[in-house]
This record gives sequence, structure tokens and C-alpha cells, in this order.
Amino acid sequence: MNTIYILWLRQLKRYSRSKARIIGSLGQPILFLVAMGFGLGPVFQRAGEGNYIQFLVPGIVGMGIIFTALFSGIEIIWDKKFGFLKETLVAPTSRLEIMIGRTLGGATVASFQGLIILLLSFILGFRPYDAALLPLTLVFIFLIALFFTALGTAIASVLEDMQGFQLIMNFLVMPLFFLSGALFPLEGLPEALKFVTSIDPLSYGVDGLRGTLVNIVHFGLTMDFLILSFITLVVLGIGSYLFSRIQI
Amino acid sequence: MKVIRVKNLIKKFGDFTAVDNISFSVDRGEVFAFLGPNGAGKTTTIKMLTTLLHPTDGEILLNGHNPVTEPYEVRSSFGIVFQDPSLDDELTALENMEFHGVIYKVPADIRRERIEQLLKFVELWERRNEFVKNFSGGMKRRLEVARGLIHHPKILFLDEPTLGLDPQTRNHIWSYITGLNKKDGMTIFFSTHYMEEAEKIARSIAVIDHGKIIDQGTVKDLEKRTKTSSLEEAFLSLTGTNIREEKPSGTDRMRIRRRLHRR
Repeated sequence: MNTIYILWLRQLKRYSRSKARIIGSLGQPILFLVAMGFGLGPVFQRAGEGNYIQFLVPGIVGMGIIFTALFSGIEIIWDKKFGFLKETLVAPTSRLEIMIGRTLGGATVASFQGLIILLLSFILGFRPYDAALLPLTLVFIFLIALFFTALGTAIASVLEDMQGFQLIMNFLVMPLFFLSGALFPLEGLPEALKFVTSIDPLSYGVDGLRGTLVNIVHFGLTMDFLILSFITLVVLGIGSYLFSRIQI
Repeated sequence: MKVIRVKNLIKKFGDFTAVDNISFSVDRGEVFAFLGPNGAGKTTTIKMLTTLLHPTDGEILLNGHNPVTEPYEVRSSFGIVFQDPSLDDELTALENMEFHGVIYKVPADIRRERIEQLLKFVELWERRNEFVKNFSGGMKRRLEVARGLIHHPKILFLDEPTLGLDPQTRNHIWSYITGLNKKDGMTIFFSTHYMEEAEKIARSIAVIDHGKIIDQGTVKDLEKRTKTSSLEEAFLSLTGTNIREEKPSGTDRMRIRRRLHRR
């Protein structure tokens, strides 16, 4: 238990101390929110879909979370290369504890990042539909964060160095984000795109956020919750297995 | 009493045999030097002894336990100072020590006491709240040695612990380590490229080259067998005078890149 706590604490300390990273990783989501929110807002309105900022904020919160979460998981490569992982791997603790502590830490950090974006969006005029649903929003924020941190950890357990990082950003993170319904409604899409969005885990996360924040749902909140929880458990299992096999 | 037993140990990476059928043992309370040129297989062997790598074949018993099947027991028995730094630069010296104490399950009161004592010894107590990234190479090494001792290991592995340190720091670290060996009977297993260090400190030596142990014994044994008068000459006579080439690993490349990036 203490092991999990100290690993969690380490992630939080590293996060809170790198102000540049916090601000840096806010830049892109905020840019998206402002540029697309206000840029496409009038078109969206004319198409009869309502206020685009309201629609977009849950998607951008999801974006902020997955970038931070995947990165937190992938940080293991850094630890692997710069030695610190060895220090934890030769300690008399189970790999599962190390993996859980790190993943919870990364997920907490990513959740904070999502919350910051949500708070900033209030300045841009965003208003949640029902404040009583905010605790549910937090549940979805944490689930998305947990899933993507575990995914990052699983990937990092297999990767040797950061060479593959660019590959992951371009072929995993970007498609996951763009094909998730974070930016557009999932109704009335071409069949192929509809299929792709339905297998994108982030679609369910964004749908959950959108449902609890602005009362627009596509899959349904229960469905979102069940699918996210299920795939999170699967990825945690795979991640733990891959992590336990690390040899350095 | 043997605290480390290695029998017919082999480690292959694809076609390359890094450790080629070696056997040796280390007595409890021994100061054992593991010497060899770059790329001889020292670090690979230490990684197998310390559960980080699984052997391709052969047997290891460390404090009576097998690193592959009983990693937990093995990990509780040793402390290690790695060849490369393994501190978290973003944490303070004290936080690095605390982290180690917690994951080694040292009770809080004992942990605090030992951390203070160890940090005072390596003369970092005054700077305990500074970030490790602001430390010099020597300070980091001292901190790593201190950290490796928090849980009072039975065996201390030191993989080139004094690499790149000035003579003052080297002396300081060695006098503390040999003190622990005398006082608590802690077994010391170290590798180094400084032959005069090994000559002065080690009571037993194994020389490894191309993955094979080519000689072992006391300094006197080695000198006698090679008809030389110092360990350095004996070492060169055993391993030849060719300079070894090592390909830069992915790690080295990344270090270089990170260093450039930092500037």
C-alpha cells in the first residue's frame, strides 16, 4: 500500500513542479477550443446544432486528458533509460504495485489537467447543464485518464526508446482524438466513419463527458461507463503483464 | 559460507553471448572485485544477480535464493549502486532517500534515523532539500551509495561506483564501505576500472573477459600466476592490451540527445 502511495506521490510531485509542462500542455487544447469553438461556432449554429462551445468543451477536456495520460504512461521509457526504473525494479515489491502506483499517479495528474481545461472553459462562456451531474463528470474524467495512462504504460513497457514516440503521437493519439466525436456530432456519419468512431475508446469517454456536462449523449451514459470500465480493466491487465516482463 | 553462488551461468542476446558459462562464488563478509575490460560481461552478470535480467542458462543462488524463482527474497538481501545514475532528478535528495526507504518497507522511525545518519555521513545532509538535478556527479554518486544502504542489505553491489570521481570522494566512499564490511560483515561485490582501488580493497578477485572468467583468486595469486608485480600488470597480462570497442547503445544516444536538449 505504501509503495503504491509513494509512487503516486512521486508522479504528483513531478507534475506540480514542472510548471512549464502544465502550461505547455494546456496550449494546444485551449487553441483548439478558441479557434474551432469561435471559428466554426456560427456554421454549427446555422446547421441547427446549437452552441458549438457547449458541444466542444467536453471533447477538448477529453483531448487534454488523453495527451497528458498517454504521456504519463510513456514516461516509463524515460525512467527506463535514465535509470530510475532500475531502482524500483530491484526493490522487494511486486511489479503490480509499481504499475498500479504509477498508473494511479499518472491518471490523477491527467485528471487535474482535464479539470484545469474545464475550469478555463468557464471563462470562454461554457456553462454546464446541471451542476448536480458534475461528480459524474469527474468519474468520467478519471476513467478516461486511467484508461489512457494504462495504455501508455503498456506501450512504454514494450518500447525500447523514445524513437517510437512520434509514431505513437501521429498514429495513435491524433487518430484517437480526431475520430472520437470530440469535434463533431456522431449522428448521421458515413458508415465507415461511424464504425471507426464506435471502436475508438475516447468516443465513449467524450460521450460520457458530454452527457454529464451538456446533456447530449450518443451511446448513453450507462453504456459509456460500462465500456470504459471494461476496456480499462483489460488494458490494466495487459499493461501489468507487459510491465512485469520488463528486463533491463 | 557462500553468500553468492554462480554455476555455469550463460546469457545470450540473440547470437551474441555476453556471459559464457561462468562459475564463481563469494564468501559471506568478503570484499569481492569483479574486473574486466569494457564489454566483458560485468554489468550483464550483475544484472542477472540482481534480478534485472533472466539468465539464458545456469544457476544463481544469492543469499540462498534463486533470483528467477524467488526475486522477492533476493531483492530484500542486497543493495546496489548502479553504473549509470538511477536517481530521480526532479526530486530532492531527501525525497529520493524517502522513496527508497518506503519501497524497501523500512519502518518510518528507523527510516528517518538512518536517512539522517547516512546523509550526514556522505555530507549531503545540509543539502537534503535541494533537487538532485542541481547536484554534481560526485554528489549524486554519494547520494546513491547512501540510498543503497538505507535498508541495511547483506550484500552490496557496486558497479563502477567511483567512475569519474575525484580521489577525495573515492577515498571517502571506499573508507565508509570497507568500514561497513568490517563492522557489520556486509558482503561487498564491486566492479571497477581502477586497478589500484581493487588492489587495495578487494580480498578476492575474478577477472572476466569476452564473457568468460579467465582467472580468480587473491591479488597475490593473480600476480604470482602472471609473474607480474601489480594487479594492473596482471590484469593487462590476462586480458591483453587491445582497446575494446563498444557500440554506443540506444541509451547512450538518448543521453547525448538529452544533454544537447538541456542546453
